[in-house]
Amino acid sequence: MNIDFFGSLPLVAIWLALGAIGIVIQAFVRNNTKLVFGYYVGTLALTAFLAILSSGAKGSSFGGMIVLGGYAAYFDVLFCGAGILAMLAARPYLDRLNAELDEFYTLMVSAVAGMMLMAHASNLVVLFVGVELMSISFYVMAGFLRTDIKSVESALKYFLLGAFATGFLVYGMAMLYGGTGSLDYVEIGKAVSNGTATYPMFLAIGTVLMAAGLSFKVAAFPFHQWAPDVYDGAPTVVTAFMSTAGKAAAFSAFNPVFAAIMPDGVGGITDTMRLALAVMAAVTMLVGNITAIAQTSVKRMLAFSSVAHAGYLMMGIVAGTAYGHSAIVFYLTAYMFMQMGSFVIVGYLEREQGDGSDIENYSGLSKQHPMLAAMMAMFMFSLAGIPPFAGFFGKYMLFYAAIQSGYTWLTIVAVASSVISVYFYLGLIVKMYFTDAPGKKTTFATGTAGFTIAICSVAILLLGIFPWLLTNIISTW
Amino acid sequence: MNIAALIPLFPLIGFAIIGLFGKKLKNEKLIGIIGSGAILASFAVAGTLFVQMLGMPAEDRLSIVKVYTWIATGSFTVDIAYQIDQLSLLFTLIITGIGFLIHVYSIGYMHGDKSFPRFFAYLNLFVFMMLNLVLASNFLLTFLGWEGVGLASYLLIGFWYDKKFDGSHITWTGDAAKKAFIVNRIGDFGVLIAMFMLFNLFGTLDYTTINDSATVVLSPNGTAVILITLALFLGCTGKSAQIPLSVWLPDAMAGPTPVSALIHAATMVTSGIFLVSRTNVLFALAPTTMAIVAGIGISTALIAGTIGIVQNDIKKVLAYSTVSQLGFMFAALGVGAFTAAVFHVMTHAFFKALLFLGSGSVIHGMHHEQDIQKMGGLKKHMPITYRTFFIGTLAISGIPFFSGFFSKDEILWYSFLNGGMLIWGIGALAAFCTAFYMWRVTSLTFHGEERFDVAHVHPHESPKTMTVPLIILAVLSVVGGLVGIPHVLGHYLHIPNLLESWLEPVFAGGSALIRQHTGDHTSTELTLMTVSTVIAIAGIMLARSIYSGGPEKSDALKQKFSTLHKILWNKYYIDEIYHMAFVGPILAASRDFLWKIVDVVVIDGIVNGSATVVGATASVLRKAQSGVAQNYALVMLIGIMALLSLVLYSTH
Repeated sequence: MNIDFFGSLPLVAIWLALGAIGIVIQAFVRNNTKLVFGYYVGTLALTAFLAILSSGAKGSSFGGMIVLGGYAAYFDVLFCGAGILAMLAARPYLDRLNAELDEFYTLMVSAVAGMMLMAHASNLVVLFVGVELMSISFYVMAGFLRTDIKSVESALKYFLLGAFATGFLVYGMAMLYGGTGSLDYVEIGKAVSNGTATYPMFLAIGTVLMAAGLSFKVAAFPFHQWAPDVYDGAPTVVTAFMSTAGKAAAFSAFNPVFAAIMPDGVGGITDTMRLALAVMAAVTMLVGNITAIAQTSVKRMLAFSSVAHAGYLMMGIVAGTAYGHSAIVFYLTAYMFMQMGSFVIVGYLEREQGDGSDIENYSGLSKQHPMLAAMMAMFMFSLAGIPPFAGFFGKYMLFYAAIQSGYTWLTIVAVASSVISVYFYLGLIVKMYFTDAPGKKTTFATGTAGFTIAICSVAILLLGIFPWLLTNIISTW
Repeated sequence: MNIAALIPLFPLIGFAIIGLFGKKLKNEKLIGIIGSGAILASFAVAGTLFVQMLGMPAEDRLSIVKVYTWIATGSFTVDIAYQIDQLSLLFTLIITGIGFLIHVYSIGYMHGDKSFPRFFAYLNLFVFMMLNLVLASNFLLTFLGWEGVGLASYLLIGFWYDKKFDGSHITWTGDAAKKAFIVNRIGDFGVLIAMFMLFNLFGTLDYTTINDSATVVLSPNGTAVILITLALFLGCTGKSAQIPLSVWLPDAMAGPTPVSALIHAATMVTSGIFLVSRTNVLFALAPTTMAIVAGIGISTALIAGTIGIVQNDIKKVLAYSTVSQLGFMFAALGVGAFTAAVFHVMTHAFFKALLFLGSGSVIHGMHHEQDIQKMGGLKKHMPITYRTFFIGTLAISGIPFFSGFFSKDEILWYSFLNGGMLIWGIGALAAFCTAFYMWRVTSLTFHGEERFDVAHVHPHESPKTMTVPLIILAVLSVVGGLVGIPHVLGHYLHIPNLLESWLEPVFAGGSALIRQHTGDHTSTELTLMTVSTVIAIAGIMLARSIYSGGPEKSDALKQKFSTLHKILWNKYYIDEIYHMAFVGPILAASRDFLWKIVDVVVIDGIVNGSATVVGATASVLRKAQSGVAQNYALVMLIGIMALLSLVLYSTH
């Protein structure tokens, strides 16, 4: 077994830190959340650093089951970054609810470890381990507020449906194996493009089941219904993390898997599958955006909008081109910052507004928290795809990728649904800027969550004004 | 010519300084100086470039100033780069010149407003975005400006957010802002789609490359070029408030009056004309689109003009007038008279900014009264405002030798020459309406007896910061037309048409593609010129006979033509129709179907159910929840079955 030591370092580091040292620390140092928090933030920072170092690595490791460098290394950095941002936001949030336990950070890092495996996987079994590690961490995190009925309900619902979806995913993997005799992406891809699958029927069924399983993870129609409920019920910082990094991880796997089993220009079932995914993408954005209009809770509105964004992102998969894949990476990055930033603001405001994230509570926010309102407005504009914010470029690239591949109708649907989405994103801005607060409320310090929000907004601006910062990196893969 | 990059930079710096430190400065004068100074600096740079350009031979006047590479992925490369040429420089001079005057005016108008710094920050932001729009060397940067001005306009329409505003399906300024933004977004996506198609065909978004190779890549009047130009034009109807997306502009009057003058009259709303001018080669390749542009332009001119006749809010009359004048400009573009359209952009910027600022002065002096029925006799209370407003009225009505006369006449002439009798006839009718409603406003506002409590209201003339810009604009409204004197007159006076020769290189590509009528039409042109002068005077005389004696006569007419009045008063029910056809159904789909049925009944019902039984047994909860999860799982299962049957069916 050949193991590229240098390229595998990020993976090794996070596993070591998580498995060996982390648990030892927790065993000996009880109830020292500060230490554990610091330790895991440090772990993620170190992992991200190693990932940057390994970004030049090429090829695979662990007997070809894990790809290294480039794409995977970039996602390592993204996931670790998301983990750090979410932890910074989580500390004051959980502290207020007296729910800050060491386990929270452990779970978060184990979710990150799972995500990294998903991005690195080039073998279905590795992918499965990654998916499950991430998902199980999420189930627990969603129910982290044990005394909050909504949180517990959300965890249970997530777990039940997640288990159901995992069943399809693993069954799909088995079918692909049965059809082609391999678990390796490249081998399966070869069998598909050369038409040499032993049992084409198994291959077809496997493709469908994989699509279903992965669509569940990214929350695309008709496998999306869990998402608004779970995102709404889970603690807001958890939602901030799983609706962004979780979606990014699922797409980081969706991308290479479908590049292999749905290659361009083969015809037959791959064309049918592409069309099916296009329809799913179209319905996802329409359902997500239209339902979001009627929401009165900002958290729920964002939850539905997160469904809609899965629809936009799927356009890149449908396009199936290298450009489509770059578009996905760009948009995932932009989406991570804008969605996380807005959820963290929602989470912070829950404190002042009681538990409600009702849109009425955002009246006159620009007076009370001018900076916070400005950043929230920026996130909303970016989510709506308005330049010069990062979301615009991401959407632009995705839409263009779809047009390039001949999916003009899909782009038109996407365009129409983004117009619809402006309605509710703008609704929040109108509330924040063009209405007065009903009464004076006490304000609280944002604590470390302030860093998260600030970093997210700077990133959104930077990626909008200097998109080449990222596109240059992507073009080296 | 690298100083060109400074033009948009100054307003950006102004925006940053006022935006960040405005509240701390606590000094209106200083903020006003920074805000106006930034625009003046840009104007100075643009002026310098203009002088430099005059000294160059025509073929050297185009230059591209690259700032940095914006985005580069594979074949897709876009620069932040500015295209300095005759067209962009002319627009830049208009934007910064009039922009500066309006900034100065705002110092007086916004005096004492609690959000004074915010106002100037937004205004500077707007100018920055507008300059990016016109200076851009490629579609994407124009699009950035395009969206950016929409954003600034949105922020400024809703500026006085605590104010009630009576519009169609609108009760306060925030709604008006939102409406403007969303209607614009519909158009913007036309531009986006056009950009995708262009990039697919040309592999670039640079204007120069596209204009140069358009005749090679696109077949004349082929499907591709028609679709591209129609999509672009959809964007233009949004920004420039043409039918079918004209509904937002009258409601945009909810913003402070300087905003209406700068954004919703002089600059932003002309972006559509700019875009068509910039891509004139594409439009010239698509005669079908050109015919549509001309048709929509001239119909908008007439429809908006007729609505303007019955409005009582001084700003709304001016808003409909703007929509109508923009219609004239599009009609000019549609018949291939690009220069005439840009000429009218310029003269319109002068006199419409003047009229809006004049109305602002009136509103200011009348303590926020906007209903012209409650005015009258302001002539003696506000002499400067009156005189300048009067000049603006003459200019827009097309009284000979005022600026509006030359530009409007040129449009009507080319409509006749290239478009035919019908377009000319509709245009002439719209011009009649223009003269009529403008005289009506002037008469009801300034002439006759005061129809308000003089002892109580005390109307007063505005401060110098407001009247000086009015005077400057009035001068421009009088003489501004001299740069584009039509050949038929210039020939006798030995004055060349300066504007036409200035813009000639910009429109050379487009004009070459359009069939030009040659031959001597001097007598026809002079006849039509006389006819349109008579029309303008007739409009004024009719308005004078009705409104000089106060509202009695008009009330009688209102009674007599009550049905017509009702239709006009309700703006042909366009807003109502849109509301019924689009807004209603989407909201209903969201609220009544997707939300009420799927969400409220299925989800919230159970969540609420569970919430009420927080203290109750866990078994109830479990039952409820597993119920939902089962439903979701069922949907998933159906989805998988559908996918499977689809894929398996296709293998056979």
